[in-house]
Amino acid sequence: MIRDPNFQYPFLIGTIFLFAYLIIRVILWYIKLSKYDKLRFIHFWKTKSVWAAIRDSVADGLLHLSIFKKNPLLGYMHMSLAFGWFLLIVMGHLEVIADRHSLNFPFYYAVFYRYYQPHPDFAGAKVFGAVMDFLLLIILSGVALAIIKRIRKQIFGMKRTTRLKTFDKIALASLWLIFPLRLLAESLSAAYYHNGSFMSNTLGEWFIQNVRVSAIYDLSWWLYSCSLGFFFIALPFSRYMHIPTEIVFIFLRHAGIMPKKYWNSYAQIQMYSCSRCGICLDACQLYEAGVSNVQSVYFLQFIRNNENVDKSLFGCIICGRCQEACPVHINLNDLRTALRIKASKPLTFSYEYTQKALQQKAGIIYFAGCMTHLTPQIKFSMRRIFDFLGDNVWFMDKDKSICCGAPLMLAGQYDSASQLIQKNTELIMASGAKTLILSCPICYKAFREDYVLPGISIKFHAVYLNEMIRQGRLPKINLGFKTIYHDPCALGRGSKIYDQPRYVIDSYSQRIRLKKEKAEALCCGAGLGAINLPIEAKNKVTFEAMSYFARFKPNALITACPLCKKTFARDRRIPVLDIAELTARAIDEYVNEQKKTVRETRLIES
Amino acid sequence: MKKIVIIGGGIAGLEVSRLLLQEGFPVTLIEKSSHLGGNIRNYAYLFPDFTPSEEILKNYTSLPGNADLQLLLNTEIEKIDFSSRPYTLFSNDGIAISADSIIIATGYQIFDARLKEEFGYGIYDGVITSVEMEKMIREQHIVTPYGKAPRRIAFIHCVGSRDAKVGNTYCSRLCCITAIKQAIETKKLLPQAEIFCFYIDLRMYGLTFEELYLNAQKEYNIQFVRGRLSETSEMIDKRLIIKAEDTLIGRPLKMMTDMLVLMVGMEASNFSKQFAYHNGLEIGEHGFFKPLNQFNARGKSQKEGIYFAGTSIGPMSVAETIEHAQATALSTISYLKGKEN
Ligand SMILES: Cc1cc2nc3c(=O)[nH]c(=O)nc-3n(C[C@H](O)[C@H](O)[C@H](O)COP(=O)(O)OP(=O)(O)OC[C@H]3O[C@@H](n4cnc5c(N)ncnc54)[C@H](O)[C@@H]3O)c2cc1C
Ligand code: SF4
Ligand code: SF4
Ligand code: SF4
Repeated sequence: MIRDPNFQYPFLIGTIFLFAYLIIRVILWYIKLSKYDKLRFIHFWKTKSVWAAIRDSVADGLLHLSIFKKNPLLGYMHMSLAFGWFLLIVMGHLEVIADRHSLNFPFYYAVFYRYYQPHPDFAGAKVFGAVMDFLLLIILSGVALAIIKRIRKQIFGMKRTTRLKTFDKIALASLWLIFPLRLLAESLSAAYYHNGSFMSNTLGEWFIQNVRVSAIYDLSWWLYSCSLGFFFIALPFSRYMHIPTEIVFIFLRHAGIMPKKYWNSYAQIQMYSCSRCGICLDACQLYEAGVSNVQSVYFLQFIRNNENVDKSLFGCIICGRCQEACPVHINLNDLRTALRIKASKPLTFSYEYTQKALQQKAGIIYFAGCMTHLTPQIKFSMRRIFDFLGDNVWFMDKDKSICCGAPLMLAGQYDSASQLIQKNTELIMASGAKTLILSCPICYKAFREDYVLPGISIKFHAVYLNEMIRQGRLPKINLGFKTIYHDPCALGRGSKIYDQPRYVIDSYSQRIRLKKEKAEALCCGAGLGAINLPIEAKNKVTFEAMSYFARFKPNALITACPLCKKTFARDRRIPVLDIAELTARAIDEYVNEQKKTVRETRLIES
Repeated sequence: MKKIVIIGGGIAGLEVSRLLLQEGFPVTLIEKSSHLGGNIRNYAYLFPDFTPSEEILKNYTSLPGNADLQLLLNTEIEKIDFSSRPYTLFSNDGIAISADSIIIATGYQIFDARLKEEFGYGIYDGVITSVEMEKMIREQHIVTPYGKAPRRIAFIHCVGSRDAKVGNTYCSRLCCITAIKQAIETKKLLPQAEIFCFYIDLRMYGLTFEELYLNAQKEYNIQFVRGRLSETSEMIDKRLIIKAEDTLIGRPLKMMTDMLVLMVGMEASNFSKQFAYHNGLEIGEHGFFKPLNQFNARGKSQKEGIYFAGTSIGPMSVAETIEHAQATALSTISYLKGKEN
């Protein structure tokens, strides 16, 4: 028996609106992609990457495995809601197909199946009933966790959750209501017809004894339908837009589309993909330092809501810790930089006056950069190393130095940075060099990402030193002290160089292993990204990081960045050395020992 | 009789001791080094009028003979236990001293110029600090590392002060006028030398400071360049090349010099910095002790019977230090007499 009620309309309207909205949205996003990105995307469908994208959509969009790995309880919460709901929809449709042996039924039929089918007596009906009840139970446990999380976030091992806006509240309330209302409606149905399973039937019996079921039966289905409709209509304007967007993002990412220096639709898609899980809050060292408006989740929320973002945009260090932690893999650093460029007025100042160094020819170029010039010991150590190796190296910015452009880029000054990039490129290309060596990871990142230097291999000094040690051109010698290696943000998370510096340090000292290292390494607090961050906050970050290192009682802290070195050295609790200084010391030690043995053999001989 | 302990035998600690003894209160004076006088022992002549520092210190030469003074030299206080009265002070070699009232006169320390690596201190011999310059002036002998009289000397202001990169954003107040004092002294000793001062802006806060500055230009021909040093490098003959930005012209500037004098700032002493970690008394943003308020209780702490004197609360000149010590002595005496707490 099928009655023909009207309660499905709220649900229908919501669904149609949502799908129409999403289709238009995706088309608009696609149109706004650059020509090359469009080509990439079209080509992508012919490649195997499609499978990877599907796999990731299931793993992250439905199962939320990335969150699961970071925080199992939180992962379960997301998984039970997303995957549970997904299965509920799929099983619901299978149930109807099994019942009617046909595909010819309106799509909302499965959603309100218990209403339309009071007497399921097809083969397997009992099993389906049990499965549907079980899935609903799983989802309800997720909803319960979500409610608990709002009230007591500590249970989830999280220090903080996110702040909500009105539209989010509407969406959140309807989402929380959908499943309890479904349970209510289905239980009332079970009260009449006993057409449910272990959960709904039991509840139904309770209802029949305690409530006047006929009075609220239709109402309950109306409410259930309304909650769905509300949720679907609110979804595009709430945080839940991340659910469909994340899938789009995953496909575009697998298509090889890269973030750009300008704010484009790919950036917008990433912004919408944020699920506001809040994991980035715990990763941010600034939170401990009393700054609580710059973190990525807030920053993304501010831009979505068109609020003032100046503080959160320019007050962050761009250390990348949140990017590393983000389970959605949003390119948070690039989003910030792109938005900074968009938000900045071009400088009225010209860098025309900068003078190029005298052009030289050489096989290898060493570019120290402004930061290394501010820590001359690193520069001297590099020279010591080159002298020892006897290579023909042109120290390109020995006297006349032109900045690599990274600080301007991070400040959003694209045009001014480009002027500097142009000058350096001309010098490098005219030198005939094959290798460019850098001792500052910020320069290194800039040269790799913002320069076009065909035929030139760009090497970070630690990588070069490691090669020299492997080739036996630099000595291995134990200097006899305990060290800690600090991964600089721009080198580790920024350029994914983690191992080579460690090999170099291990050749000269006993390195203590840390828990917070590599991708999870702390920031020194002085990254160039922090344009608008109070000095007290920076100092606090440095102090806390140094306190962490001090616990391991090392003899020296080794880093591979002039800026980190300068920042940490200020603290004075642990001596700080750059990896080049460590290497230069090892060379000196080695040379001294050689001299000693020569002297001793002479003594024995004479 | 209440037991009074004064930590630090610089002029602040000495002045407080002198006044308390004069009023008939026995005191214990604890000094970590082997002699009294603190930082000004290193300085030859004092601004604003070139008084020899010995003359100031002379006021206190009779103190050590006073029977009411218990003097503990070579004793460094590391911790104070505030949990019960009387308070207990602990020295680094484990001595415990109890006190009803404590005057903290632990002074300041000099900014470690090696942290400003790019300026070359500790790397190039020709780069010295203002404290080392004071010694040369005292010995009346200013020479370059290679033993010659320098022909050009550059003084760099604000080294370790007003510099977010080193974590000190405050002005040390005295280094501008000290630079002018030293520049004039240098010119007196080496009339042929060219002298430059590189400044951000000049903080001539004292009544007679501005005159000294004008005199430095008119009579001693000292040249002032508005601009910050960016980096130093060395030539083969050990002379220095400095790069700076002349902010009046708005262009980078390069100069050769025989000697570079870094006007190092005043930092909170280790003693007050450690307090920040041991959570004893409140410490201000810049690491110095934080007085109860900035108007009429600049010598008082938040704790009963605990007072501050001199540069332990922030940069001060000798005259200001002595005045501050006198005010603190008055507060302490009122407290000891039970009139104030
Ligand atoms: C380069 C330079 C030049 C200057 N020239 C002038 C000038 O010309 N004219 C002028 O007016 N001012 C000058 N000043 C300022 C002057 O030095 C200070 O005003 C004065 O020294 C402050 O005296 P104080 O007693 O407060 O501190 P300090 O002189 O620092 O004395 C503190 C004392 O406490 C001791 N102490 C510290 N910690 C402990 C501890 N835990 N336990 C025991 N003892 C401890 C120290 O050993 C020291 O003896 C100059 C400063 C500088 C940096
Ligand atoms: S930016 Fe990433 S980690 Fe932060 S809330 Fe959004 S999805 Fe979560
Ligand atoms: S980049 Fe670093 S400082 Fe900025 S929000 Fe992320 S974790 Fe915080
Ligand atoms: S007194 Fe002058 S030199 Fe010293 S910190 Fe202040 S401005 Fe700089």
